[in-house]
Amino acid sequence: MGKTKTLAGALLTVATLAATGCSGGGAASTETAKAPTDPGRTTGTITVLTQRTDLVQSGAMDAYAAEFNKVYPKVEVKFEGLTDYEGEVKIRMNTEDYGDVLMIPAAVPKNDYPKFFAPLGTSKEMSEKYRFSDKTDVDGKVYGLAQFGTANGFVYNQAVWKKAGITEWPKTPEEFIAGLKAVKAETDAVPYYTNFKDGWPLVQWTANIGSVTCDNYVTNDLAGAVSPWKEGSELNVIDTLLHDTVKGGLSEKDPNTTNWEASKTKLAKGEIGTMMLGSWSITQMKDAAEKAGANPDDLGFMPFPVQKGNKEYCATLVSDYQQAVNAHSEHKDAARAWVDWFTEKSGYSAKEGAVPTLKSAPMPDTLKDFVDNDVTFVERSERETGTVNDIDNAAEIGLNKPDYRQKLIDIARGAEKGSLEDYFTDLNKKWDEAAKTAGS
Amino acid sequence: MTETTEVASVKTHRATPSLRRTARSGRSPGGHRTRGRLLRRATPWLFLLAPLVLLVTFTYVPVGNMIYYSFTDWDGISPDRNFTGADNYVQIFTRPELFRVFFVSFYYLAASVAQIAIALYFATVLSFNLRYRNLFKGLLFFPYLINGVAIGFVFLYFFQDGGTLDSVLSWFGSDTDHAWLGDPTSANTSLAGVSVWRFTGLNFVLFLGAIQSIPGELYEAAQLDGATRWQQFRHIIAPGIKPVLSLSIILAISGSLAVFEIPYIMTGGATGTSTFVIQTVKLAFQFNKTGLASAAAVVLLLIILLITWIQRRLVPDEKVDLV
Repeated sequence: MGKTKTLAGALLTVATLAATGCSGGGAASTETAKAPTDPGRTTGTITVLTQRTDLVQSGAMDAYAAEFNKVYPKVEVKFEGLTDYEGEVKIRMNTEDYGDVLMIPAAVPKNDYPKFFAPLGTSKEMSEKYRFSDKTDVDGKVYGLAQFGTANGFVYNQAVWKKAGITEWPKTPEEFIAGLKAVKAETDAVPYYTNFKDGWPLVQWTANIGSVTCDNYVTNDLAGAVSPWKEGSELNVIDTLLHDTVKGGLSEKDPNTTNWEASKTKLAKGEIGTMMLGSWSITQMKDAAEKAGANPDDLGFMPFPVQKGNKEYCATLVSDYQQAVNAHSEHKDAARAWVDWFTEKSGYSAKEGAVPTLKSAPMPDTLKDFVDNDVTFVERSERETGTVNDIDNAAEIGLNKPDYRQKLIDIARGAEKGSLEDYFTDLNKKWDEAAKTAGS
Repeated sequence: MTETTEVASVKTHRATPSLRRTARSGRSPGGHRTRGRLLRRATPWLFLLAPLVLLVTFTYVPVGNMIYYSFTDWDGISPDRNFTGADNYVQIFTRPELFRVFFVSFYYLAASVAQIAIALYFATVLSFNLRYRNLFKGLLFFPYLINGVAIGFVFLYFFQDGGTLDSVLSWFGSDTDHAWLGDPTSANTSLAGVSVWRFTGLNFVLFLGAIQSIPGELYEAAQLDGATRWQQFRHIIAPGIKPVLSLSIILAISGSLAVFEIPYIMTGGATGTSTFVIQTVKLAFQFNKTGLASAAAVVLLLIILLITWIQRRLVPDEKVDLV
């Protein structure tokens, strides 16, 4: 009897501690983080959280900070590189100490932005100057500024494709599959590499939503019970292409043992023909080619193999991580100054070969082929992303998670029972049911 | 907090007058004695204070937190959360697909039977005098010392297309060309095999320790009576290590239900290798359903407690008395 009482008492204490322990932090201020008017008089130490641990270690970030100090001599910039950026920052955001400038973790729901970040300006003034501003637009205010954007398509080894007798970009999914088949027949290369094990390269397929219909508002249409995998829809075309590629035996044999780092060298050397990735990867691929002694110019970038009625290819532009200013920061002006400078003047996006956030800046060299061949860039609207993500999470599908495409690949190669049609029906059902509860 | 101190002080007040009365007749100062007695009573608790504080802070408060989250719809990030009652639990028990992953545990359960058998065999053999005995002990225990993440990576290369396993097999002239992690059955079997490789050493050491605590005269007496090695095992060793054996079985069952590290690192739960814990982690950190995931964790805890309880009922812990 006495024992049970003690136990009950202990549990009660724990429960009380637990309940008091998790009341959230104080309310965030809603004051706009304005850039300072007088650079010389802005002071303070700001901490920038970044996922680019490589750039922090190599000193490249410090070099940017030194450049920044030429304009703002009294601001000290510190960097904190986090290897597991998403995981760590997400947990730190339960406190008030998550740096002054940070990349908005993907897990933070859009509607919660005002609780965590200082607004940077109104939608109108931001969208006139910058791309991708509507991704962080909540109630007429913008909370984040993209570091840069990326165009989507297939990175491929031109030499391999040429050897297979194909010199022109495929115009339809069928032509693309035929091309991969030719690569399989004529060369020793693996025609398409899924990067199944690492998972995130499968997420890149989602970034192509918009390139089929050339409509930049199409992602917003997902915010409802719209059966996203219905016949002829973006996701149907995209996922069918992946399914058919794998089903045709055009991908690697054992997907569970793929390796991203090794795949870069393999592509450069022509052991892999094609991979679906963003244009951000081109610079990395060329580096890998140089290290492996292969020809960096063999690497090319092709748009998603669908042409609209006007006989043009479309490539979606989506933003990378968005930089935001912590709502609890003590030096909001200095933080904002860094965000503006880094986005506009640092030359970071050009160096990464990415699409600049600033609308007036030119497209990078990596996309020269796209510009020369008049590929239409579709700057995808992200206005409804908050609702779309809510539905996506409620349905436990994960458009931006690898799991559902891993299952798709398993179905395609016969490791899991079922057919593509049944799988699409199932996904549609899950989505539509979730939309009823979450998408309001 | 304040309430308890008040109660405590009331108690001491009540106790003091009677003591004072006795103190008046005697010469010794009563206050000192009470304080001394109190202090003596408090001493063990004072010693326990540091470990208890650590235990409560790092075990019970987080568990309490988790139980609390399991009744909310918290997404893991947002500062606000709503109380949803038993909704998460209702969801877990009304969605069969959440329980289907337990089938994967059978692979690991079967593997742990093999694991216990192998460990028991080697522990018995190595408990007798044998050449290179310590070397073999070291070899068997070594895998357990390697960190689970490293094991995951090593075996990823091992099972890779054209990796270690394939090349070893080709030395023996069999080019299987089999994708080891390619389909659910093969993948789960391979992963369970890795888990056997890793944990056999632990079981082995537990068994060896238990076997060596059996007094040596028993073997001598048995040998004089003409008992064979098998008879020695059956009638001396097996009953002697029964408590350790039953502990190993509990660990094996709860371990098979809560497999995480090896499949998470090697396949990330793809191709039908997802386990209940991987699923819980995904619910919490991919789909931001921390509330539901907490409820799933609580359910897993209860299942393991239940199985342990049943096991203890079926095989009660008797005192072993060999002599």
